[in-house]
Amino acid sequence: MPETPSISREELAHLATLARIDLSDAELDHLAPQLSVILESVASISDVADDDIPPTSHALPLTNVFRADVVVPGLTAEEALSGAPEQEGQRFKVPRILGDEQ
Amino acid sequence: MSELLSYDEALERFDPALGLEVHVELNTASKMFCGCPTEFGAEPNTQTCPTCLGLPGSMPVVNEIAVESAIRIGLALNCEIAEWCRFARKNYFYPDMPKNFQTSQYDEPIAFNGWTDVVVEGPEGPQTVRVDIERAHMEEDTGKSLHVGGATGRIHGADYSLVDYNRAGIPLIEIVTRPILGTREIVPLVAKAYVAQLRDLLLGLGVSDVRMEQGSLRCDVNLSLAPRDDGSESDNTGRHSLGTRTETKNVNSLRSVERAVRYEVQRHAAVLTSGRPILQETRHWHEDTGITTSGREKSDAEDYRYFPEPDLVPVAPDKEWVERLRASLPEPPHERRARLQAEWGFSDLDMRDTVGAGALGLVEATIAAGATPQAARKWWLGELARRANETETDISALGVTPAHVARVQALVDEGAINDKLARQVFDGLVAGEGTPDEIVAARGLAIVSDEGALSAAVDNAIAANPDVADKIRDGKVAAAGALIGAVMKEMKGQADAARVRELVLEKLT
Amino acid sequence: MNAPQVVSDLIRRTAAELADALAAGETTSVEVTQAHLDRIAAVDGDVHAFLVVDAEGALSQAAAADARRATGQAQSPLDGVPIAVKDVMATKGLPTTCGSRILEGWVPPYDATVVARLRAAGLPILGKTNMDEFAMGSSTEHSAYGPTRNPWDLSRIPGGSGGGSAAALAAYEAPLAIGTDTGGSIRQPGAVTGTVGVKPTYGGVSRYGLVSLANSLDQAGPVTRTVLDAALLHTVIGGHDPKDSTSIDAPLPDLVGAARRGAEGDLSGVRVGVVKELGGEGYQDGVLTRFQESVDLMVAAGAEVVEVSCPNFVHALATYYLILPAEASSNLARFDAMRYGLRVTPDGDPSAEDVMRATREAGFGDEVKRRIILGTYALSSGYYDAYYGQAQKVRTLITRDFEQAFQHADVLVSPTAPTTAFKLGEKVDDPLAMYLNDLATIPANLSGVPGISVPSGLADEDGLPAGVQILAPATADDRVYRVGAALEAALLQKWGGPLLDQARPLVGEVAQRPSRDQGASS
Repeated sequence: MPETPSISREELAHLATLARIDLSDAELDHLAPQLSVILESVASISDVADDDIPPTSHALPLTNVFRADVVVPGLTAEEALSGAPEQEGQRFKVPRILGDEQ
Repeated sequence: MSELLSYDEALERFDPALGLEVHVELNTASKMFCGCPTEFGAEPNTQTCPTCLGLPGSMPVVNEIAVESAIRIGLALNCEIAEWCRFARKNYFYPDMPKNFQTSQYDEPIAFNGWTDVVVEGPEGPQTVRVDIERAHMEEDTGKSLHVGGATGRIHGADYSLVDYNRAGIPLIEIVTRPILGTREIVPLVAKAYVAQLRDLLLGLGVSDVRMEQGSLRCDVNLSLAPRDDGSESDNTGRHSLGTRTETKNVNSLRSVERAVRYEVQRHAAVLTSGRPILQETRHWHEDTGITTSGREKSDAEDYRYFPEPDLVPVAPDKEWVERLRASLPEPPHERRARLQAEWGFSDLDMRDTVGAGALGLVEATIAAGATPQAARKWWLGELARRANETETDISALGVTPAHVARVQALVDEGAINDKLARQVFDGLVAGEGTPDEIVAARGLAIVSDEGALSAAVDNAIAANPDVADKIRDGKVAAAGALIGAVMKEMKGQADAARVRELVLEKLT
Repeated sequence: MNAPQVVSDLIRRTAAELADALAAGETTSVEVTQAHLDRIAAVDGDVHAFLVVDAEGALSQAAAADARRATGQAQSPLDGVPIAVKDVMATKGLPTTCGSRILEGWVPPYDATVVARLRAAGLPILGKTNMDEFAMGSSTEHSAYGPTRNPWDLSRIPGGSGGGSAAALAAYEAPLAIGTDTGGSIRQPGAVTGTVGVKPTYGGVSRYGLVSLANSLDQAGPVTRTVLDAALLHTVIGGHDPKDSTSIDAPLPDLVGAARRGAEGDLSGVRVGVVKELGGEGYQDGVLTRFQESVDLMVAAGAEVVEVSCPNFVHALATYYLILPAEASSNLARFDAMRYGLRVTPDGDPSAEDVMRATREAGFGDEVKRRIILGTYALSSGYYDAYYGQAQKVRTLITRDFEQAFQHADVLVSPTAPTTAFKLGEKVDDPLAMYLNDLATIPANLSGVPGISVPSGLADEDGLPAGVQILAPATADDRVYRVGAALEAALLQKWGGPLLDQARPLVGEVAQRPSRDQGASS
């Protein structure tokens, strides 16, 4: 836990890259201090819970919710592609991909 | 093409450490988190729904059979099964991933701490190597991209891509080994034997089609080299220090697994010997040229921001469920090998050859389809292994099934064809011309059983070879071979040699 | 043809009254639906509760409902009663934008389970209501399509994120609406518009088709003018859904019965816990006065009042603003211009990655960007344990506080929101001030317990509505209906009629019957 949590302009630019948002310079200037203020206020909880407190990720403690391995009708190709900005040959057309698959 | 050191020299200087990550597509009827079908080769985007397309508002529900399959795989690999585990989101952007996160398991895999023993032919005979399994976890597959434009059809240099999400959401099990150390020169064989064993094991479990050529079993090879120690065991922890590793992605045949490991050993050794560092990166395997090329550099910028998937609840297999699944397991590989060897009457060498060729399951299925063990072994390890080698394909991907082989042998046994004609039937099978019977009919391969035609051919042969005929008349029956050969030649091989011999002897003695 | 006052009467009736009138054959669904469409045409230019109005679809569903009623085959008690749906719910064939540019024009090829249940129960869907972009906000000012205005005072906010649904109820544009509540987005708009809103137990209403903000907190629920109407609607949309893994696989309690029983006005034997930490500093005087009055009325109805302490509630807001952005940053990653929605193609020879970045820059508003960045930060390696991990632990402490409190009280009460409706633009550039609106409502989301907001009257200093929140243990949703209906009955008696009767008339309120021309109001 950092002592005084804040988000620098550089860190914000890195986060924006991770989140795939092209922030303008003006936005970087504007958002960095805003986020630092929010972060400072939420960081107050950092020492509230002891180590032995279990985390809650679900409000209700359910387990083993499964579906049977049965095929159910889905979308037609036309429905699947209905929102596509571009399509070709019944596939989603996307701009050239830079990176490798993971 | 990278610089390589000779394999022998590489091993003189370095100790290889191997790690394998295998992704297995399960053969469930429906996807991991939705009810869409999983059939291979369907028309693009015809097997999707809001969930596997990642449409806003859609939600996942776990396929129970996929969980059962994961547990059974874990048990077959001698793993512990988690009493409680969750799915997590692995966040990264990629156009073939509809939600821009993959629903996977992170620090809570369903199965962990397992092992499996593989047997390979070492320099001093057969050697058993224990492969420790770190984990087996559940996740979902991505869609498939078609790269259009550019020269190569590969991703780099393409003008745009076309995405089909039929594959998105198909259940995957990722099986990760711990580093496999100390295997020295047999490291490529260990890699191949492990993947072959995994394939047989998965087939035996019936949880996957394990068709490497269709991508239902995909292998990533991790390799690193450490300078070879002088044998003085200075590190009394017994641990080896590992060098920087590379991850070679999508090595998708048994043969390629072996070749890729060998190649990376040689490449790493050359780089290290020249004093340069190995970059921690992913590499691409090129099946055609047998080399790897640099892919994406692994960097700290990669941050998958894993967190528990809030749309799913934990999976908590109770003891009773796990034990029921354990009871459903087929026998372990080494027991199975021993049993089959005894049943089939194979020598140790026959058995090792069969396993080594990745043909154990194929031979077993061929015998189940009616062939004798000897016939099954003869075809798979002879004719078909040779073809696989020549065409650089996996023996299971030739297009010849155990049922085909059994039928070919039955045709031979019936006298409808002979071994020579059988080879032509295999040509037809590899070329996808249909079933053995269809190929025999279409190619006109049946043995001529027309006695009149045979008799005429024998007469012609006798007339053409009076000296040989005289020898036979004088009692030198062994000379009949020359006449039989002449008859077979005239009949273009489509005659029953035994019957021809009978006719020759009838006419001359 | 009906006279104008008949139309006016139809829009002022509760959903329960409309259902009775439809059952008795005194009116038709087409008449009721048309009356609301007319009302929308008359006032929504000012209120802007709707992003899209589906007059044609609603009228044809109404005609089908009338045909069923005519043959005695009503599909539910609410068959034929029209409804408005928050634009965060996927509606097949009807645009769904979540108040965001990035989804402009997206028409889902499927229905949310809640929507499918509304259709199956025969409720004609009037249209989709305005909201803060992706439900991030407490004022509906963060909608990319312009703010919704509070029918009590058009210069003020209607609360958020579901300001559209609450304003539609307060302006008599719909007798029922669907809202969603992640940190108070049903209850807080209810409080500031003088309407009723219920956040059911987490898992009580299917989230399938609800575009996720924070999956572990989101819950859809009824937005109505009366407690009984909420119980009727909750009964239609609630219950187990196999498409939602977090859905509770158990029958709903008898909510309508609980509301009817509560309306009889007897709260003897009910222990009401006043949460010490949800009041006092930061709460407007008039809001606290109305709250105390409500507590006094509950005592008069026979309830026993106890004070309970939930010490970890002071951390609820911070916990919420770590969990929500983290989950949201991942949920909103799918809006990348590849499969649906906006695609912005920058100049040159852009890659898929360039297009993603440009589209997300252009398609998301400031508040969404703030929360995506914050969530990306909270989940990134090195910070996870300190932020997201820690927040999940504090969540456990807050749930323990609830469990402790519910040992001493059957229900917990507090003001719903700390203030009455503020002016448009007043807090839009001050995120922290905006976040404080959800101070009292957030704990229920963190622990999954049900809550209702019931109008408590008008604050003395500004004459604007305030609300009282009633919380119950998980799956005991019937308790909030019983106590809520009892309080509502006592207040109606005190006021001599619904609180909304005290609102100033909107433009067009007293006009003749408006034309039948319909269309999207945005």
